[in-house]
Amino acid sequence: MSLAAATAATARATTAAAQSHGFLSPTGVEIAFLLVGLVTFGAALVTVTTKQLVHAALWLVVTLGGLAVEYLLLTAEFIAWVQVLIYVGSVVVLLLFGLMLTKAPIGRSPDADSGNRWAALVVAVAAAAALVWVVVDAFRTTWVDLGGAPAGSTEVTGASLFQSWVLPFEALSVLLLAALVGAIVLSRKAKADAAPTPSARTVPGARNVPNGRSDKEGTR
Amino acid sequence: MNDALDVALRLLVVFVVFLTFPLIVGQTEHKVMAHMQGRLGPMYAGGFHGWAQLVADGVKFAQKEDVVPTGADRRIFQLAPAVALLPYLLVLLAIPIGPGEGAVGEAVDAGIFFVLAVMGVGVLGSLMAGWASANKFSLLGGLRTAAQLLAYELPMLLTAASVAMAAGTVSLPGIVGAFEWWWLPWQIVGAIVFFVAGLAELQRPPFDMPVADSEIIFGAYTEYTGLRFALFLLAEYAGIIVLCGLTTVLFLGGWHGPWGADGLGWVWTLLKTALLAFVVIWLRVTYPRMREDQLQKFSWTLLVPLSLAQIALTGIVKVVIS
Repeated sequence: MSLAAATAATARATTAAAQSHGFLSPTGVEIAFLLVGLVTFGAALVTVTTKQLVHAALWLVVTLGGLAVEYLLLTAEFIAWVQVLIYVGSVVVLLLFGLMLTKAPIGRSPDADSGNRWAALVVAVAAAAALVWVVVDAFRTTWVDLGGAPAGSTEVTGASLFQSWVLPFEALSVLLLAALVGAIVLSRKAKADAAPTPSARTVPGARNVPNGRSDKEGTR
Repeated sequence: MNDALDVALRLLVVFVVFLTFPLIVGQTEHKVMAHMQGRLGPMYAGGFHGWAQLVADGVKFAQKEDVVPTGADRRIFQLAPAVALLPYLLVLLAIPIGPGEGAVGEAVDAGIFFVLAVMGVGVLGSLMAGWASANKFSLLGGLRTAAQLLAYELPMLLTAASVAMAAGTVSLPGIVGAFEWWWLPWQIVGAIVFFVAGLAELQRPPFDMPVADSEIIFGAYTEYTGLRFALFLLAEYAGIIVLCGLTTVLFLGGWHGPWGADGLGWVWTLLKTALLAFVVIWLRVTYPRMREDQLQKFSWTLLVPLSLAQIALTGIVKVVIS
C-alpha cells in the first residue's frame, strides 16, 4: 500500500522533526503561530466581553479568521479555506442578519449582560479544559513536519476523510440531515397549528384583536 | 533575491490589473448602455469618445468631502469599504490566465475554496456599511444583502463542486488543464447557474434589490461620499472582473481555444472574460429589477435544484466514462 508507506515516511519525518529541535529553539513558523494564537485569543475575549452586540459579531470574524491562519501555518490549507467559507462567509453573515432583524443598536447595550455569566464562565472553562486535556493526551507525541510535503493538502485530507474516517463522516451527515428534516417539520407544524385560528375567531363575543395579531405573527 | 523579485513583480502586475480592468469595464458599461439606449454616452472627457470619463470621475470623487454621519459607528463605517474591496484583490491573485507557473499570481492548492471563501468575505463590507451608517435605508440594504448572499452562496458552491468533480481537482490551473471541449455542453447548466448566482452575489441588475437606488437610495452605501463611495463602486467592478474570470476558468476552458499558438492562451482567457463582462452589462440594460420575494424564490426553487441536478449528471457521466 502506497498510503501505508507514505504514513510510515511521514511518521519517520515527524520523529526526525521532533528530535531536531526542542521547545526552547522555536522556528519562525512557531513564533508566528504563537503570535496569531495570542491575537485570536484576545479577539475571542473581546467577543464575549464587549458591550456592543454587532462589534461582538465582528470580533468573532477576527477570531475565526485567526483560527484559519493557524490552520494555514500548520499547512492544513483545505481546512483553512473551508473555515473561512463556512464560518466567516456564512455563519457570521447569518448572525449579522439575525442581529439586524432586532434593533441592532449602535453603541452600548447595558442590558446585554446575562445574570448567568459566572455559570457560563464555569461551563466554558470546564469545556476548554476537557478539550485541551483530550487533545494534549491524544497528540502529545505527534509532530507536524512543516518543512516536508504539506500534511493537510486537499488530497491528503480527502484520502484520510474517505478512507480512515468515513464512518464518523457519514454519521455526521445523517445527523445534519436529521437536523434539516427536524427544522422543516417544526416550521410546517407551526403553520398547521395556526391555520384553524381564523374560524375560531368567528365565535360570537370572542373579539380579542391583540390575540388575533399574535396568531398571525405565529404563522410567520 | 530572484524569488523576491519574482513575487514582487507578480503582485505588481495583479495590482495594476486590479486598478485598470475595473475602469475599462466601467467605461465599456457607459458606452454600451448608451448605444443600447440610442444615446452616445460620455463624449468630452479626454477627447476621443470620452475615454477619460472615469478618470475625471475619480478626480471628482477624490475632491469630495468625506462625511461620516454623527450617529454612525465611526470606525466600522470607515473600515467597511476596505473590507468590501480587498477580497477581490486577493481573489484576482489566484485566477490563472494562461498555462504554466508564470500566468497566475499565486497557485493555490485548494483554489476553488480559496476564491469562493474570500469572495464571501467581501459581502461583510456591505453588511458593516449597512449597519454602521445609522440609517434605515442602509439597514434595509444590509438586510437584503445578507438574505441574498445566504440564498445564492449555495448554488454557486454546488456548481463549483460539480466542475471540481469533473476535473478531479480543486486547483484552478488544474481544472483548466483538465478541460475538454465537450465539458461545455456537459456543464452548461452549472455554468449558467454559477454565472447568475455570481451576478446576484455582486448585486448587479437584475439582482440589485439590496442597492435599489430608486427605492432605498443605494442601500448600504446611502451615507457614503467621496473616496469611500468610489471604493465601493470599484469593488463592484472588480467583482465583475473576478466573476467573469472565474466563469471563464471553471466552465469555458480558460486558455483553451479552437485555434491559436501555445503562447497566446492568455488572449483567449481575456477574450472570454471580456465577452462575459459584456453580457453582464447587457443584462443590466435588458431586465428590470427583481422583487425581493422573487429573488429568494428564484434561488431556492430554481437555481438550487438545477445545481443539484447538475451535480447528479456530473457524477453519472464521470462514473460512466471512467
